[in-house]
Amino acid sequence: MPGTKEIRSKIASVKSTQKITKAMEMVAASKMRRAQERMRMARPYAAKARAIISHLNEANPDYRHPFLIEREPKSVGLVIISTDRGLCGALNTNVFKAALLLIREWQAKGASIGLCVIGGKGLAFFRRLGLPVLASITGLGDRPHVRDLIGTVKVMLDGYREGRLDRLYVAHAQFLNTMSQKPQIQQLLPIPALEAGGTELQEHWDYIYEPSAGDILDGLLMRYVESQVYQGAVENVGCEMAARMVAMKSASDNAGKLISELQLIYNKARQAAITKELAEIVGGAAAV
Amino acid sequence: MDTIHVDIVSAEGEIFSGPARMVFLPASQGEIGVTPRHAPLLTLLKPGEVRVQPPEGEEQFFFVGGGALEVQPKKVTVLADTAARAKDLDEAAALAARQRAEEALAGQYDKITQAEALAELARAAAQLKMIERLRKIKG
Repeated sequence: MPGTKEIRSKIASVKSTQKITKAMEMVAASKMRRAQERMRMARPYAAKARAIISHLNEANPDYRHPFLIEREPKSVGLVIISTDRGLCGALNTNVFKAALLLIREWQAKGASIGLCVIGGKGLAFFRRLGLPVLASITGLGDRPHVRDLIGTVKVMLDGYREGRLDRLYVAHAQFLNTMSQKPQIQQLLPIPALEAGGTELQEHWDYIYEPSAGDILDGLLMRYVESQVYQGAVENVGCEMAARMVAMKSASDNAGKLISELQLIYNKARQAAITKELAEIVGGAAAV
Repeated sequence: MDTIHVDIVSAEGEIFSGPARMVFLPASQGEIGVTPRHAPLLTLLKPGEVRVQPPEGEEQFFFVGGGALEVQPKKVTVLADTAARAKDLDEAAALAARQRAEEALAGQYDKITQAEALAELARAAAQLKMIERLRKIKG
C-alpha cells in the first residue's frame, strides 16, 4: 500500500504535537488562576497608598513633591511590560503596537524617548528598533516580585528626579477576561490628580512628620509608583497565561481537525489499495 | 473599649486587618506605640516587628522589612515592604538594571552582593529578635 505509511507517520506526529499543546493549555489555565489571585492580592496596597497620598495632599497643600508637578514634556519615559516566552498569541504585539503609537505621537511633538523594558520579548523587539533602552529586566518568571523591579523602576524615577525625563508611562496588557486582553497605557509620573478621599477628617490639621515631609513623601511616592509597575507586571502574567491558554486551545483544536482529515485520507487510500488488489485478483481469475 | 483599626498590607498581599487596643511599630526614629485617637503621623519604618494588641486574645506579631506608616485618629495603615531596602541597595539594583540594558554585566557584582548581604543581615537580626520573643512567650 503505497502512501499509507507516510500518512500514518504524519498522523502520529500531529498527535504528539496535540499532546504537547493540550498539556501547555492545562498548565496555562492553572497558572492563570494563580496569577489572577495575585492580581487581587496586589490591589489593597495600591489603594491604601493612594489614600495616604490624597490625605497628604489635603493636609499639606503647600509642599509639592516633584512627582506631583506637571512639567513641559520634553522627554518621555515609557515602561513596557512584556512576556519572556512566546506562544501567547498577539499579546506582546498588541502592547508593542500601542506603545509605538504613543512613542510616535511624542516624537511628532518633538519629545525624546527613553524606554525601560521588562520581559525578554520586549527587549528583543525594542533593541531591534534602535530606541534608547535605559533599563531592563528579563526572566521575572510567573511570579514577579517587587524586589526584582525596584532597580529597573529606580532608573526611570532617577531620570525623572534629575530632569532627564518629564513624563513616565507604563504599558502592559490589561486583563479583561480569559478571552480578551487589551493593551493599556497609564501615566505614572507626574502622578495624575487623585480624587479626594477621607472626608471624615477635620479641616485644619496636618501630620506629624518623622523625620521630614520631603523624605516621607519621597519614599511613599516611590513605593506607589513601584506598586503600580508591580501590578502591571502581575496583570501581564495573568494575560500571558490567558492568551497562551486560548492559543494552545485553538492549536489543539486545529490538530484535532488535521488528524481527522488525515484519517479520512488514510482510510480512502487504504480502501483504494484493497479495491485495486481485488480487481487484480478478479481480473487474474477471469483470465485463467 | 476604644480601639483603632489596623491595616497591614504589602504590595504582594494583605497581611493583617482588624481592630486593636494598641500597636507597636519600628519607626525610622525608634519604636513607637500607637493608641486610639493618636495624632495624625506619617513616618517610614525600618525592618522589625509590628505588635498588634487586639481587643481580645493574645498579642500578634508581624515582621516587616521596612515600609511606610500612616496614623489617623481611628486608623493605622502600614505599607510593608516585601523586599529588603536600603539606599545603596536600591542604587545597586538600579545600576544592575542599567547595565543589563547596556549588556555589560561584568565586574560589578561586588558592590551589589555587599549591599545585599548588609540588608539581609539587618533583616535576619530583626527576625531573630522576634523569634526569641515568641519563644519566651510560648515557653
